Parts: sequence; structure tokens; C-alpha cells
Amino acid sequence: MDFLAASRWSPYVVGAGIGVLSWFTFLLLDKPIGCSTAFARTSGMIEKVFRGSKVDEKEYYRKFPAEIDWEWMLVAGVFIGSFLSAAASGGFAIEWTPARWVAAFGITPVARWGVALAGGFLMGLGARWAGGCTSGHGISGVLQMAVSSWLAAISFFAGGIAAAMLIFRVIAG
Amino acid sequence: MLRGLHARKPVQLGLALLVGIAFGFLLQKGGATRYDVIIGQLLLEDHTVVRIMLSAVVVGALGVHLLRSMRLAELHPKPGSFGASVVGGLIFGVGFAVLGYCPGTVAGAVGQGSMDALLGGVVGILIGAGVFAALFPRLSRGVLAVGDFGDVTLPRLFKVNEWVVVLPVTALIVLLLWWLHGVGA
Repeated sequence: MDFLAASRWSPYVVGAGIGVLSWFTFLLLDKPIGCSTAFARTSGMIEKVFRGSKVDEKEYYRKFPAEIDWEWMLVAGVFIGSFLSAAASGGFAIEWTPARWVAAFGITPVARWGVALAGGFLMGLGARWAGGCTSGHGISGVLQMAVSSWLAAISFFAGGIAAAMLIFRVIAG
Repeated sequence: MLRGLHARKPVQLGLALLVGIAFGFLLQKGGATRYDVIIGQLLLEDHTVVRIMLSAVVVGALGVHLLRSMRLAELHPKPGSFGASVVGGLIFGVGFAVLGYCPGTVAGAVGQGSMDALLGGVVGILIGAGVFAALFPRLSRGVLAVGDFGDVTLPRLFKVNEWVVVLPVTALIVLLLWWLHGVGA
């Protein structure tokens, strides 16, 4: 079982494995793999703790009810699966600032936290705005040849490449 | 179609958890849960993320369309519009570079111990999604409706059999992967 302890697998093997998983979700669950609605539902569930059931009346949560669904379970599974993979390879480690961040901006965990929060905000907003994320549009939608997903996936990378170049080549450069 | 299985909600939730565990395991083994790998991709230095995504698309597209041809699965293309897919996609893209994870890989990053993913990424995504839900009534009558094209797929857009699109597109993606492999990028 040495392969389970390897820290990295070939990206082609990983990608093909994800492709096979998508066969199973279409066949057994009648659903494409996706992740971002789980965050929208969780956000609604947290809001319900403070504001009660009137949150369910919001137009968006009538479309995507603030409750645990299959996609929420999938994201919970991603957390567990990644932990198992990291633990099997001895790669699990508490880390506040990734190496690439440190190389550009030094060991600045508070700045990294603030930037990650801002990036997460844009990502949560953009994912629900576009109706999907890197998995829902980028993999599942593109493999279904959906026009919305091809446009969204191209836009993800266009925006991402431009912003990464600005951050690492101009600001940190 | 396994409609009986699709209707059994507790079984569906359990299966979803198992698929998620396999998905998270693969993403972590592929390096896609690492900030450094995602930033390397967006700086066009290391194409690991694109290799994973395109390999998944090739294998997924062939299998899922085969299941559909055998009437064992239905497609679920998402609806879209220029105002939603392009504008939302660009906002997402900037978030992708600033955060360095995406909504799936951020959960995986938390699983491997990345605290910036937990305290920054997850919290930020929850706030962003909540703000979108609050803005939704206004956005849905405004920008999200601009250039609406519905849930059309490329085969339906060109009015051809789905394999007329799936086979050449997957072949082109394989060629692109081969080329990327050859240039060692």
C-alpha cells in the first residue's frame, strides 16, 4: 500500500480518478459534483441561528434551502478525505502562511489571514454570482459541454491569472 | 436510471460523503489543496491544476455521455447568462488568486492543516455567499439577467448529436495535455 503513503500522485491519475467519480455521481446520485452551494446553505444556516426561520423566506434560500444536502455532505467528505491523504503521507501540518506567501511577503500570518478573508469573500460572492465554482462549472459543467460552464471556467482563469500576476509580479515584484 | 436509489435521501447523503472522501483524497494527493500549487498555476509556472481538471473532463465527458446514451444518466447543465457567468466568473477568478484555494480545495486545505484556509478562506466564502443571498433579489432582475442563454449545451447550440462535440473536444484536450507535457510546463 505504498501508493497511499506517497505525498503526490500524477495529475493525470488524479484527474482520471475525479472523472470516474463523476460517472458515479451521475449514475448513483443523479447529480454533477459541485461544492459552492454548500457554503451558501451553511451561510443561511448560520443566519438562521441569529434571525430564525424568516431566513427561509429569503428569495435565494427558497431556491437553495438553508439545510444539509448531498453537496454539503460531499464538501464534508473532501475535508475528511484530504485529512486521510495528508495523514497517510505524513503531510498533515498546521500551517499559517504557505511557502509561496512567505517567499513574497515574509512570515506575516495576520496579513495572510486578512488577505485570505478578502479573497474568500470575493470567491463566495463570485461563485454564487456565476452559479458554480471550479468543480461545479470547471469540471462538471465543462464535461457536460454546458455553455454557462465553459464561459465561467474561462472567466475564472482569466480573472485568476490577471490577479495573480498583479499580486506576485507587480505588488510583490 | 436508478430512480429508486435517487429518491432515498439518507442513502444519497451517505454516498455523497463517500464520494467527497474520495474526491478530497484525490485533490490532496494531486497537490490541488496547496496554495503554492494553485498560485503556481495562476502564474502559469506549474500546470498541475489544469492537468487535473482537463484529465477529469476527458474521462468524465466520455463516461457521462456514454451513460446518457445508454439512458442510465441525465445531464444537468447549469443555466447561465453573460452577466452571471462572465461577471461572476471574473469576480471568482480574482478571489481564486487572492485566496489561493477554491470552494472545494479550501475544505481539503483545512483537512491538511492550512489555517489560512480555515480562518480566512472558509469564513470569507461564507460571508461572500451570505452577501450574495442578500443581494440576490436585486441582482437577479439586473446584471444576472443580462444576455441570458439558459441551460444550453454546445451540442444543442450547434444542433448536432452530442458525440459530434464530445469526441473532437476530448481529442483536442488530450492533444493540449500532450503538448503541455512535452513543453514540460
